Amino acid sequence: MRPDVERAVAAQLLAMADDELILGHRDSEWTGHAPILEEDIALSNIAQDELGHAILWHNLRKEVTGDEPDVVVFWRDAQAYRSVQLVELPKGDYAFTIVRQYLFDAAEMARLTRLAGSGYRPIAEAAAKIRTEEIYHVRHTSAWMKRLGLGTEESHRRTQTALDELWTFALQLFVPLPDETLLVAAGVVPNADEVQAAWEETVAPFLRHAGLIVPRTRPPIALSREQHTQHLAALLAEMQEVARLEGPEVKW
Amino acid sequence: MTSFTVEEIWRALEEVKDPEIPVVSLVEMGIVRNVEVSGGKVVVSMAPTFAGCPALHVMKAEVEQRIRELGAESVDVKWVYAPPWTSDWIADEARVKLKAFGLAPPVKHGGDVDLILLEEAACPYCGSRNTTIKNTFGPTLCRAIYYCDDCRQPFEQFKPL
Repeated sequence: MRPDVERAVAAQLLAMADDELILGHRDSEWTGHAPILEEDIALSNIAQDELGHAILWHNLRKEVTGDEPDVVVFWRDAQAYRSVQLVELPKGDYAFTIVRQYLFDAAEMARLTRLAGSGYRPIAEAAAKIRTEEIYHVRHTSAWMKRLGLGTEESHRRTQTALDELWTFALQLFVPLPDETLLVAAGVVPNADEVQAAWEETVAPFLRHAGLIVPRTRPPIALSREQHTQHLAALLAEMQEVARLEGPEVKW
Repeated sequence: MTSFTVEEIWRALEEVKDPEIPVVSLVEMGIVRNVEVSGGKVVVSMAPTFAGCPALHVMKAEVEQRIRELGAESVDVKWVYAPPWTSDWIADEARVKLKAFGLAPPVKHGGDVDLILLEEAACPYCGSRNTTIKNTFGPTLCRAIYYCDDCRQPFEQFKPL
């Protein structure tokens, strides 16, 4: 691979790994605290799946850069993380978590379906594998979107409020990375506009079907994954605390 | 230097059990995909079930240990992702063992996603199909939770993937 393409691939893998890791962490915050036992189990499983997906992307990135996943995850500060702001937002109420997860899951399905055809074989294979697990996530969050949207006055109100707040954050999922045009030209990743269009075609009618109003079009919350809210540093302080008691070379 | 046949390695791996479901082997779970032997060097390719499964490390370590016990000069375990592991690869004998263990085996879906998500499981205790899915997620990534409306017991199903 040409060095510039290799750098772009490494950046793409880092962004995808960071999204999964941070979202998985937020999901895991419901363990022991979910509104009902079955959701405690479901969110914990989804969290663990997301960690597994982060590991997969990090392992692919290691083959390109040589970087050890544990070091990249635990010894990197917030400003070096390349996740979208959507995933770092605190978990909120249950409607907020479900809406955030649903919007992310739907974007994953649109993206992974196309990544499975990537010209870079490791990404194509990992995407196909991850997609088989994502199907369970999107079915779960879709079912809950309907229950909440079409449920009580309170569940509907909380879900619509969450959707109105999260829409601009979700749109950041489709903002291309700085060198992404290289990867699109090389057939490694799909065109972000195409993924967004596919996402909107699925999500908009579904939200209406769930009794919700689709937020009006607006710009994404940020145009760069280098920008984070204050929430990410707080999350990492907790997530990295135990690992950082020792040095990066410690064996777990 | 000890050298092996591919068949000898496969037979040895039939003794390596799934760490969380110790009645079935990694071979009959369809996890071991390929074995290559070159003199005393062995390469085993395995397909991970679920990407986040914490037992994957244990499986790799146990396969490495089993082959080293045979006297191999070197053993290399590689995870392969294509084609992705599917529960359709679980051997028929393993499905019988899962059921005896109290885990309803997954439906054979042939890639039909609707079948994966909607098929009812048969109760491993009484055999009834009068069952209700309670959660597509369970105590581990690979299990779903059901309830049998006939014998009135909850049971787990190995999730179709």
